[in-house]
Amino acid sequence: MPFDLLVLSCLCYVILLFLVAFLVERRAVGEALPWLRSPLVYTLSLSIYCTAWTFYGAVGYAARSGLEYLTIYLGPTLVFVGWWWVLRKLVRIGRQQRVTSIADLISSRYGKSNLLGVLVTLLCVVAATPYIALQLQSVTLSFSVFASGPHEGWQMPDRDSTAIWVAGGLALFTILFGTRKLDANEQHTGIVTAIAVEGIVKLVALVAVGSYVVWGVADGPADVIARIDRSAIADWELAPSRWAGLTFLSAAAVVCLPRMFQVLVVETGDERHLATASWAFPLYMFLMSLFVVPIAVVGLELLPEGANPDLFVLTVPLDRGQGGLAMLAFLGGFSSATAMVIVAAVALATMVSNHIVMPLWLSLRPTPAVSGDVRRLVLLARRISIAGVLGLGYGYYRFSGGSGALAAIGLISFVGVAQILPAMLGGIFWRGATRTGALWGLGLGFGGWVYTLFLPSFGPDAIFSARLLAEGPFGIGWLRPQALFGVEGMDPLIHSMFWSLILNGTVFCGASLVTFPGPLERLQGAAFVNVFETGNRGPQGWAQGKAESEELLVMAQRILGEEPALALFQSEARAQGKEGYLPDPVPGFVERLERRLAGSVGAATAHAMLAQLAGRAAVSVEDLMAVANETAQIMEYSARLEAQQEELTRTARQLREANEKLTQLSVQKDAFLSQISHELRTPMTSIRAFSEILMEGDLPPEMAARHARIIHDEAIRLTRLLDDLLDLSVLENGSVQLNLGLANLQQMIDRALRSAAHTRPERGFTIHRDPTAENIFLFTDGDRLAQVFINLISNARKYCDADYPELRISVRQKGGRVTVDFIDNGSGISKESQELIFEKFARLSDQTRAGGAGLGLAICREVMANLGGTITYLPGQGGAAFRVTLPLRLQRAA
Amino acid sequence: MSRRRSPLFLARRSYRRRRLRDAARLLPIFGAFLFLLPILWEPAATDRRDTAPDGVYLFAVWALLILAAAGMSRGLKAEALEDGAEAGDPPEGRAG
Repeated sequence: MPFDLLVLSCLCYVILLFLVAFLVERRAVGEALPWLRSPLVYTLSLSIYCTAWTFYGAVGYAARSGLEYLTIYLGPTLVFVGWWWVLRKLVRIGRQQRVTSIADLISSRYGKSNLLGVLVTLLCVVAATPYIALQLQSVTLSFSVFASGPHEGWQMPDRDSTAIWVAGGLALFTILFGTRKLDANEQHTGIVTAIAVEGIVKLVALVAVGSYVVWGVADGPADVIARIDRSAIADWELAPSRWAGLTFLSAAAVVCLPRMFQVLVVETGDERHLATASWAFPLYMFLMSLFVVPIAVVGLELLPEGANPDLFVLTVPLDRGQGGLAMLAFLGGFSSATAMVIVAAVALATMVSNHIVMPLWLSLRPTPAVSGDVRRLVLLARRISIAGVLGLGYGYYRFSGGSGALAAIGLISFVGVAQILPAMLGGIFWRGATRTGALWGLGLGFGGWVYTLFLPSFGPDAIFSARLLAEGPFGIGWLRPQALFGVEGMDPLIHSMFWSLILNGTVFCGASLVTFPGPLERLQGAAFVNVFETGNRGPQGWAQGKAESEELLVMAQRILGEEPALALFQSEARAQGKEGYLPDPVPGFVERLERRLAGSVGAATAHAMLAQLAGRAAVSVEDLMAVANETAQIMEYSARLEAQQEELTRTARQLREANEKLTQLSVQKDAFLSQISHELRTPMTSIRAFSEILMEGDLPPEMAARHARIIHDEAIRLTRLLDDLLDLSVLENGSVQLNLGLANLQQMIDRALRSAAHTRPERGFTIHRDPTAENIFLFTDGDRLAQVFINLISNARKYCDADYPELRISVRQKGGRVTVDFIDNGSGISKESQELIFEKFARLSDQTRAGGAGLGLAICREVMANLGGTITYLPGQGGAAFRVTLPLRLQRAA
Repeated sequence: MSRRRSPLFLARRSYRRRRLRDAARLLPIFGAFLFLLPILWEPAATDRRDTAPDGVYLFAVWALLILAAAGMSRGLKAEALEDGAEAGDPPEGRAG
């Protein structure tokens, strides 16, 4: 295939990407494009995880060590499938804190420490260098494949110059698109869409080559399996340490790689997209790795010994004369490399400009209100950083000779970025993680990685002499870079990962445990760890400072641009009710402004710039304590309020009850009055009627006598009624005069029986008594007690409906109290009526109207109350049963 | 300032959703176990040609995890949405 055509197609492809990015950006400004923010684009943009390493390197990896290449995708699969653990929290924090990069996340979490930001930035740049070199190497290699094709006749110009052209072109594209806008949080829609397109291209290319291999070269899956069994990698060797270690490493890398963080958190920051990506991205990786082993096996089989397995994706179709397929594969590989480089360069440039250039500029110009647009400076810094990052990658490529296997180079980077993991996880899950801990952990981990893996990766005698590698520095054996502390025989990669991460994690935890975090750190720590807790805003980072609104506006304009800054200030002024003026620099506003600025220049820089204006760096411990005090006071106050409220509720309930009782009493009184009038009226009516008859005179004497007797009887009834009423009112008032004295219970019962015999004398009653038990002397009012007994006995006589009525009177003495039960053998009193019988005028039935007014039991109850006892109805005794209880010796209080 | 009190017992719907979260948290642990399982049968020590069967096993587990995650993602998405509405970004809301 002619070289010009190859270059031309590359150029066309890049121009296509450029157009996609440009159009999307253009239209995204004008109108909202909903599908651009769809989970699909998000998932496809995540595909930058699969770089040229995956595209070319995975096949080479499989050809060298069987299924081990899978670990690189299994780790991320676990992270994504378990997105509820880490990714969700990262994305939420990223959105809430307007995080611009992974360095910003770490620096912001640990009290907006710029030192940490610098450290993470350095680490990321150094770690990304081999990775970018890997992409350059793969693109260069793929060019050389076409060059060495025997059937064409062109000469590869020069590998190095190819790499330079590629690096330069990529830098240009990245600068054109990555640095057009400043606010990283405004998201590079254009780039993300271009990346998504590239994601489709590489997937289609690899699947196409894979399908060709499976169904074109081999005869379907069964044949592929047979070929695998025949191949050199039929019996793969699983090294347990590498298998587990690489799975862990790739899981760590997928969240710590700056470019992954960029697309995962910074560019989108929508948790719902994450839900889709949780299965769609593993599916993407699944498809990307499905055909790797078949391609490797077929490549090993078809191609001559010594062919670079990293290039099987290209060489297998070429070997079979499939030029078009090879072209597609080439574009796929080109996509993988360019996508990675673009995003990595953008992410790293953001970090470099925010954490290194801006702080430097700030410290060189201590006066806050200098003229000039900071934005231009930031953008310039980013552009230079992009060029610098690509330059470093190119340098590594030149320096390392561009010879190593792709996968091995990639893994070096992975171990490097994995050093961020302890500080990151500690930062989002552990409030006790401190800046010092993170600093020491990261620093030592970084150092350990550089010493044990990065520098030795250049090969013996490049940086480390062969002697140093073999014998350790100054002949100290236990410091040998690849056998620290005398641990020999470990795989160098696992060795480095093990020691650097152990050192990192241990020091991070240890130093965090013994140091005390600053106030801003504690503030940020709480905000990060409790990001899901609503209503937990915590104290604000800015006290009412000296910052003038005008100065703030000038600064905001320099960073955000004139229009957005003015819009921000106007909306704030509106919220403060000062439309048309500048808003007051209240702490809340300063904090919002800081977050907004942090979206452009990073948390640490934004904080430092505001601090210059506000005069005060941050909150102090006293502020935190004051807020805590305030909180405690508020809580105490609310507890007090709650107690008061409870008391009020209780009082209200009591009042309500009292009111109910009063209403009831009033109703009762009315009922009582109407009862009384009724009871009085009946005898009066008959008295009047009969006396009228008598007045007419001409009556036979016996008739007259009968009428007179009726009148007399009714008068007696009236008198009795009035007596009872009087009696009752006296008793109820408690003003009754008791005639206390010793009385024999037996005599009293005798007396009562005798008196009651007048009631319905025609009925024969059998009385059961126990004379010995009755022989008790009581100190009480004998007459009153006898009155109660009479009442009960005559009631029994009146109402007992048995054919052979019986009355049992049983007396018991228990403690200082005597109970007297009156039980007859009638049908008793129904359950509903039992509560009523002691009420006034409660007559249950008129069946045997015996002249009572229904006051008897009411009087009994009052009498017993006056005698210090009770009268109750005893249910379940086979008849009507009343129990009278009274003390042996009445003690009157008065 | 009052701390949110979460109820001790939940209605059926919320109970299901809690368990869905639990399942989402358990899935990677389960997956990690299955992915690390080949260590136990030591392909390096055996003479069998186990690249193909092991590959099939790993891809099968992988597919299983993808299916499980896809099955849960709808419910979890609704949940994340609810959470998000609850804990949106108040400063921006106020500023705007």
